[in-house]
Amino acid sequence: MTQTVDERPTPTTAPALEVREGRKSFGAVHALRGVDITVRAGEVTALVGDNGAGKSTMIKCIAGIFPFDSGKVLVNGAPASIHGPGQASAAGIEVVYQDLALCDNLDIVHNMFLGREMKKGLRLNETAMETKAADVLASLSVRTVRSIRQQVASLSGGQRQTVAIARAVLWNSKIVILDEPTAALGVAQTEQVLQLVRRLADAGLAVLLISHNMNDVFEVADSINVLYLGQTAAQVRTSDSTRAEVIELITSGAPSTGEAVQPRRDRPATSTTTNGSRPE
Amino acid sequence: MSPTATESPSSADQLASRKHTPIERVQHILHRNPALSPLLVLVLAVIVFGIVADNFLRPEALSLMVQQMAVVGALAVGQTLIILTAGVDLSIGMAMVLASLVMAKLNADQGVPGFIALLIGIVVAILTGLLNGILVTRINLPPFIVTLGTFSIFTAISLLYAQGQTVTLDPDAFLLVTGKTISIGSVSVTWGVLLMLLLYLVVGFALSYTAWGRHLYATGDDAEASDLAGIDTKRVRLSAYVVAGIAVGIAAWIVCGRVGGADPNAGLNYNLLSITAVVIGGTSLFGGRGLVVGTLIGALIVQVFQSGLALAGVDPNYQVLATGILVILAVSVDQWIRRVKA
Ligand SMILES: Nc1ncnc2c1ncn2[C@@H]1O[C@H](COP(=O)(O)OP(=O)(O)O)[C@@H](O)[C@H]1O
Ligand SMILES: [Mg+2]
Repeated sequence: MTQTVDERPTPTTAPALEVREGRKSFGAVHALRGVDITVRAGEVTALVGDNGAGKSTMIKCIAGIFPFDSGKVLVNGAPASIHGPGQASAAGIEVVYQDLALCDNLDIVHNMFLGREMKKGLRLNETAMETKAADVLASLSVRTVRSIRQQVASLSGGQRQTVAIARAVLWNSKIVILDEPTAALGVAQTEQVLQLVRRLADAGLAVLLISHNMNDVFEVADSINVLYLGQTAAQVRTSDSTRAEVIELITSGAPSTGEAVQPRRDRPATSTTTNGSRPE
Repeated sequence: MSPTATESPSSADQLASRKHTPIERVQHILHRNPALSPLLVLVLAVIVFGIVADNFLRPEALSLMVQQMAVVGALAVGQTLIILTAGVDLSIGMAMVLASLVMAKLNADQGVPGFIALLIGIVVAILTGLLNGILVTRINLPPFIVTLGTFSIFTAISLLYAQGQTVTLDPDAFLLVTGKTISIGSVSVTWGVLLMLLLYLVVGFALSYTAWGRHLYATGDDAEASDLAGIDTKRVRLSAYVVAGIAVGIAAWIVCGRVGGADPNAGLNYNLLSITAVVIGGTSLFGGRGLVVGTLIGALIVQVFQSGLALAGVDPNYQVLATGILVILAVSVDQWIRRVKA
């Protein structure tokens, strides 16, 4: 049955990342009209919603590309103010953007260290970067790239995604956010990337996976957060939900019982279930 | 670079398993080595002119060519940096003229010691770069428009400042040291040539081996991605214009040595030749791809065509024609290379 709020059996530690009442407007466009999400370490939390629901906007706010107009971001339970990619990284948050944000003219190592190069005096420390990049790729069991000195331009979509993900975990990050990592991939490559995403969570990272592919979501996610027209409709445990329920939330913003989503101002009340049939 | 057909296609997206036609392979090689096609053109041009014009391959003729290309060569270093950021500098030749006038006039008219006059001239050159860079990065104007405007501004200031007169320096003046030759056997190079080569070494090193260089390439290729990676791309682009200003200052010193002073009417040609050298040298006008060594080769190609055609007794107008054709060819090749597929 559908719950509006993620109720883990033992939430003794604070979630790795939490957003409460996040709002964001672009001029007259209210892209985010109150979003709430809880992302826990060791889990994959999926963020789903129709095209234009505000998923990309939400993660860009979390990453500080443009901050929320209002609302709270908590990292490990503590309020965080993140303005810019540098501060996000410092807070242990790494983002793999939808458009990937790789530079085609640079090789894999250069891209993985872009903006945070290792140096030896004035010079770049190419050997150290190459070793570390190879280590991270190996630790992710990535064997699909032939040479880490290949230019990114020559990589396939799946390989590019892998490089972007490897870059995100290179920095001892605690929270990895992936925006539609499988959207442009074929079946085999999608499978590889999903396995990689699962391994990240199994390694103890908090993973936030944006997707609108139900197969992907039900394959890897522990928890599903549904965004509907810039508002959080619900966050549910994957094990407690069916695809039909989640799809209903995505398309109507309300659970399949036909009940409306709790209004935002009632938010504290939403920590109880919407239909009371949750097993105690 | 060779296809590894023996490698097992263990993964669904193994790159090695894809077959390339021979033309695609050439395209790939040129894409990875932007200085390769200009090098081939240079070698070919030297061979052809060596056959057509008897005097062409004599050491004196070759060293004269190198001396003649030193000014364009130094300017083109700055132009390369700007074009790598997907910009262009149409004012660079006039900025150099202005700086050389400042150097020469301070020294000749105001009696400022040569070394001090040189430093002030270099500062003026850096300020011209700073002005362009601030207009481009802080006010977000297109580089083409900004430098078209500053081109006129620098031209006017130069003509007003010099009152249209050429400035002639004392033959022993410190500022003319760049024109003095040192001979190694029958090869003679000027200090200006050595200075230019030093500039290539320093900038080439910075581009290939420092984080600044890496950020410049990244910014030129994809400014948005670089921003997301935490690079301050506005600052990187601004720095390209400022460092280009230093190259302009050095080119101004070299031009003093070549003409024995400063000439307020010399700029227009240098503007276009510097862009020509960069483009022929394999640097992409779309930014992010190219090497200064390619630019050096490009500047040599321009000079080889000019001198070669002159030595072969061809009407000088054909030299200009040849340069024009070369530029269009180079840009076409660049477009083709950029369409490289994985
Ligand atoms: N920079 C922006 N300026 C104006 N509107 C924007 C901007 N970014 C996103 N939007 C709008 O916000 C809404 C949510 O977009 P987005 O977050 O990209 O959705 P999703 O990723 O869920 O498909 C859309 O209506 C989009 O047009
Ligand atoms: Mg999106």
